[in-house]
Amino acid sequence: MARKDTVNALIRRGISAKVSEALVDGGYNLQKLKTAPFNVITRFISVEDAEELLRKLGIRKFMAEETAEAKVEPEFPDLVARMRDAKKKAKKRTKPITIPDKVQKPTKLEQLVLDQMKEESVFLPMSIVSGLAQRLRGVKRITRPMVKKLLHRVNEKFAEHSIDAHESIGIVAAQSVGEPGTQMTMRTFHYAGVAELSVTQGLPRLIEIVDARREPSTPMMEIHLKSRITKNVEEVKRIARSIELTRLHHVADVEIDINNMRIVIHPDRDKMSTKDLTFDTLKDSLMEERRISGDMEVEGKTIVITSPESTHKKLQQIMEIVRNTKIKGIDRVDRAVIKQLNTGEFVIFTEGSNLEDILDMPEIDAQRVYTNNIVEVCNVLGVEAARNTLIKEARKTLEEQGLTVDVRHIMLISDMMSNDGDIKAIGRHGISGRKSSILARAAFEITSTHLLRAGIIGEVDTLSGVAENIIVGQPVTVGTGAVELEYAPRSARKR
Amino acid sequence: MIPRALGKRIMGIKFEMLSPDEVRRMSAIKVITADTYDDDGFPIEMGLMDSHMGVIEPGLRCKTCGGRVDDCPGHFGHIDLAMPVIHVGYVKDIKRLLQSTCRECGRLLMTKDQIDEAQRLRREMDELGGDTTDFDMLTKRTAKDASLKTICPYCGAEQMKITLDKPSTFRENGHKLTPKEVRERLERISGPNPKTSMVNPQEDLEIMGINPQVARPEWMVLTALPVPPVTVRPSITLESGDRSEDDLTHKLVDVLRINQRLRENRDAGAPQLIVEDLWELLQYHVTTYFDNQTSGIPPARHRSGRPLKTLVQRLKGKEGRFRSNLSGKRVNFSARTVISPDPWLSINEVGIPVEAARELTIPIRVTAANLDYVKALVKRGTEPVDEDGNYLPGVNYVIRGDGRRIKMTTKNAEATSEILEIGQIVERQLLDGDIVLFNRQPSLHRMSMMAHRVRIMRHKTFRFNLCVCPPYNADFDGDEMNLHVLQGLEAIAEGEILMLVQENILSPRFGGPVMGAIHDHVTGIFMLTYRDPKFTREQAMEIVNRLGTGIVLPKPKTIDGKEYFSGKALFSLALPDDLTISYKASICEKCDSCKKEDCKYDAWVKIEDGELLMGTMDAKGIGAFKGKILDKIARDKGTTAAREFLEVATKLSIGAIMVRGFTTSIDDEDIPLQARKDIKKMLDDAISDVEKKVRAYNEGKLDQMPGRSMEETLEVEVMKILGKARDETGKKAGEYLGIENSAVVMARSGARGSMMNLSQMAGCIGQQAVRGERLKRGYDDRTLPHFAPGDKGAAAKGFVTACYKSGLSPTEYFFHSMGGREGLVDTAVRTSRSGYMQRRLINALEDLRVMPDGTVRNTAGTIIQFKFGEDGIDPTRSIQGKAVDLDDILTDVLGEEPEPGDDDREIIGYGEQEHDTEIEPDEAIEVEEEGGGGDYEGGGSGGGEG
Repeated sequence: MARKDTVNALIRRGISAKVSEALVDGGYNLQKLKTAPFNVITRFISVEDAEELLRKLGIRKFMAEETAEAKVEPEFPDLVARMRDAKKKAKKRTKPITIPDKVQKPTKLEQLVLDQMKEESVFLPMSIVSGLAQRLRGVKRITRPMVKKLLHRVNEKFAEHSIDAHESIGIVAAQSVGEPGTQMTMRTFHYAGVAELSVTQGLPRLIEIVDARREPSTPMMEIHLKSRITKNVEEVKRIARSIELTRLHHVADVEIDINNMRIVIHPDRDKMSTKDLTFDTLKDSLMEERRISGDMEVEGKTIVITSPESTHKKLQQIMEIVRNTKIKGIDRVDRAVIKQLNTGEFVIFTEGSNLEDILDMPEIDAQRVYTNNIVEVCNVLGVEAARNTLIKEARKTLEEQGLTVDVRHIMLISDMMSNDGDIKAIGRHGISGRKSSILARAAFEITSTHLLRAGIIGEVDTLSGVAENIIVGQPVTVGTGAVELEYAPRSARKR
Repeated sequence: MIPRALGKRIMGIKFEMLSPDEVRRMSAIKVITADTYDDDGFPIEMGLMDSHMGVIEPGLRCKTCGGRVDDCPGHFGHIDLAMPVIHVGYVKDIKRLLQSTCRECGRLLMTKDQIDEAQRLRREMDELGGDTTDFDMLTKRTAKDASLKTICPYCGAEQMKITLDKPSTFRENGHKLTPKEVRERLERISGPNPKTSMVNPQEDLEIMGINPQVARPEWMVLTALPVPPVTVRPSITLESGDRSEDDLTHKLVDVLRINQRLRENRDAGAPQLIVEDLWELLQYHVTTYFDNQTSGIPPARHRSGRPLKTLVQRLKGKEGRFRSNLSGKRVNFSARTVISPDPWLSINEVGIPVEAARELTIPIRVTAANLDYVKALVKRGTEPVDEDGNYLPGVNYVIRGDGRRIKMTTKNAEATSEILEIGQIVERQLLDGDIVLFNRQPSLHRMSMMAHRVRIMRHKTFRFNLCVCPPYNADFDGDEMNLHVLQGLEAIAEGEILMLVQENILSPRFGGPVMGAIHDHVTGIFMLTYRDPKFTREQAMEIVNRLGTGIVLPKPKTIDGKEYFSGKALFSLALPDDLTISYKASICEKCDSCKKEDCKYDAWVKIEDGELLMGTMDAKGIGAFKGKILDKIARDKGTTAAREFLEVATKLSIGAIMVRGFTTSIDDEDIPLQARKDIKKMLDDAISDVEKKVRAYNEGKLDQMPGRSMEETLEVEVMKILGKARDETGKKAGEYLGIENSAVVMARSGARGSMMNLSQMAGCIGQQAVRGERLKRGYDDRTLPHFAPGDKGAAAKGFVTACYKSGLSPTEYFFHSMGGREGLVDTAVRTSRSGYMQRRLINALEDLRVMPDGTVRNTAGTIIQFKFGEDGIDPTRSIQGKAVDLDDILTDVLGEEPEPGDDDREIIGYGEQEHDTEIEPDEAIEVEEEGGGGDYEGGGSGGGEG
């Protein structure tokens, strides 16, 4: 499937079928082509074809040596650049995004409740509608007046329970999440049932979540597979092995032969077979590693690299590269463990996370892949997904500690963090540093910088928030401070 | 203060840069003398303490405004600097400006097109609602682009490389630029162009992130230094009579002195080298005057060696002006003392010592309606008592119409009461029933500060009901609490309506009660209700005794000709008449299938119409954080009913526990000799199992776990064996600890302690761990010299076989201390970390509020949520997170429970197929299998479900 799609995508861009197929077989997709060095592409297709390809795809031509440099190129995190990037991305997208029809049809009883709701002009969220329908199912005789009465009662209660206007709900949410912090542990525990993986929990994890770290201290993925393979242990094992990042030193001993100034690699047969590796794949991956300079020879069961470099130090450097040569697997996925769920389904848990590459795999059930790396989710799937991950992770962390916190508070924090299109940290680098009030920012952290900066741009503090009003000694603008009462004395009322 | 009507509000504060002109204009005096006071102790004219800048000694008058100490706010002076000096706070901005503008013509190094593009970007960002940070990043980027130009696109001048030598020296191709040269260059930006003799456009500055309306770049290089008023830097007279000057004054003295020398040397035509050295010294002093923690230069020190606290240090940090004086302010009308419990107070009350009540006052405005009352009050004087010597409120101050305060004394009370006029304000001492705020730090949530009604009492502590301990997180081992007396009618009303203790029974965190019975209250209520004990009339009267009058005892039962009162019936006195609820109590054994009514442990609680029919009252019923009954009453019957229930129930509980008596001692952990032997056997077995594993490990015969090293495998296996052994000994010990045991009563009812604690006391303490691993630190390859090197056995790695009762062996004691210390360190680290997290969370979210339209917005008006929590439900009012209690409503409407109500009933997603529901054709409505789409709103339906 994936292969065919990619080939078609290339053909649509005016590239010949032959070239396309060669590229796809070479392990390229559109994404990878964009970053692929020109001299690497030419291994699969002729130079002329490659040049034409790049022209048609509108990609800048660069050589492998450039790669490192290209990565260092700073990304401009500012708003305009970000917006432009988003626009560019949208243009580049190959297929139109189709939103899966997640909203399921209401059941008979739900429909009934919905219809009645419409009739009564009562509006209730779907969770209540289905809850009602659920309970009605146990009822023998459903009558119209009964449903009507029910609806009105529910609506009445719903309105009774709704939140008051001007409630300073942000503070309440922050307190509700912060207060139990002192009751949390600081330890790292082993992941539920999977003894091999340890996961940060408790307060450190919660702090990590609100900090919006680029990479959590224990990134982890839960990979569900397509239904046809999910119960096939062997197949799942194979996939797990193919995911796990294997570097050379995992399967071979590497040593320096100082006498002859060369590097000798002794592959370990046993280790290789557990990883489904052959001697040739090992050799090939070494060949592909561009940073290794020198000649490679096979001597019996060992591979020998003779380097033109003469100093021991250089040799040492090369050995490090050799040792860390990627043989197979997915970057950043250090370990993959299989676990059978109660349902009999086998699931792969990984240490380390790489959502983008995992999603590219045809065997996995993309809708049920999960990672605890929130920023990664944001980059790959977008803010909405990241926001949901944020809620899920924060909630899980609190629940594991046996602390009950209403989801609504966690939702508010998540919505605040994801409000402007990417994940912003709670703290001076994120939300607090971007408050509109100078006084509020100065009162939080890095006081003097904010004040000096305000001076040269002539910033105006409109005193609309809480902190700044406390500073100047005025009633705050939330809660009862949000409204003002005006008293009209009797004399004034007469007029 | 009596609240004003509609007050004036500051609408905004604009920040601008001070120009040298403005510094001079606002200056009351030019300071030239580096001295403070003369020999007579009077301020020296044109010195740093000149009376033009305000006065700090009483009796003197300000020479600028004529005011005395309290009337004169102080006035700025200024110092004219002999040579310009760079302002440290703006060094980075200066660097950016120098790098991105032409060294000759002063234009921004950008072509017309680039400037247009930059301006377009700024406009675009403005439209997109970019904040200061965004603009800042844009500016930096533009500046970087511009600074890469080597030739000015306007005058063609070649640009040189400008570097910054921290903290404030600029170099151009290695040559030092004097602040004077820097200033000249900055003047040209958007200023007069020496080449075209025209004025460079304002856009240049705008693009560089400087608003030309409020700031000029050359102002970043100082020529005049404002001298803050003396009131800002008062000097203090020590006991010895010596004067001690403020740090700022010290620094200003330095500045003045060097400034003077620099001027003299320059004017005298001293060698360039000397002038430059002095200039640099001046730069140093001005720099440290602003910020004494500038990196790259040594901080200026006081004679004693303490670094000086200069301007930036005054503002920043926890002890700085912002956090310590502006965000938090000291208040009057407050009190602080030790707290102690008083179970006979209402949960709404707080006991206040007479001594405190005499000091704390409430202002009353004298009106025609209360004139007589207030007069009588004033007449009483400051320390009135009634015939029995009990406290009566007096008056401390009368505030006259002109704002003058008259302090009341026994002498002037009579006279003052006579001349009392309408419109005056009388500060009255506290009275029973006044509303005060009561607070315990750390104030982690809003229940840390609640309103109480005053009860003036003897003795010197604050007292309150024990049920209020959990929200304050208070105990009585020496805790102190603060009390604030509300001063305005508006505040009192808000306090009473929103902050009163009973209004805060339900927590917004999880929508359940945060208050409730603790410790002995729980034990007592358990003993009153468990297995329905019988009480004689005398006992029953004893129990009910504290409830006050109007109590009707339940009907007694007669057994063997004697009258008995049932414990459950007595408890029912606390319940509202129409309460119906059933649930599993804390003591529930969690059987595989719940037998409910037939529970043999008396754990199924059933209350019908205010009558406890079966089950035991314990922490699950009325305990803090758990109390189901309390929760139910608070929701259905209101907070007053909940308060009454809690008060009555705890009083009954105290009655019950006092009738029966309750104690726990070391013999509660006694177990028979045989049991001890059994436990020893179990432990011996476990230890030998461990040895077997260790042997297997040493011989390399251990089955390795996938993805684990040999050593890790051993650890996991050993931990498993020892953990199991501990559990089993606990279970064994538990067999001999029945419910008649006091310690068990406490553990099972949820009053205090757990079965785990008991098993550690009677059975075995178990494995000690540091960082979740068996102990391993200490000597090479062993934990203590008592063990052989490399010993991986149970005892050598911190397994404690003893129980607390038998006492620990020396090695065990040592290991136990290791584990104990980790716990202490962990707590210390955690409190600071979680405190900071909470501060950040509050700071990030403090401005959010629910608007009348239901959206959640910040102060900028940005919508954060369209509906709070996706359904707009207040978590406090939610039913454990759910919007409405559907089961309750259904039971109510249908008159019966639709299905045997079990909370944990699985809820199936709404895509599920319906199993056939019987619908009668006649009355029932037709249900068709059509439902095309459905037009319901409420997108995130899944989220709301708790």
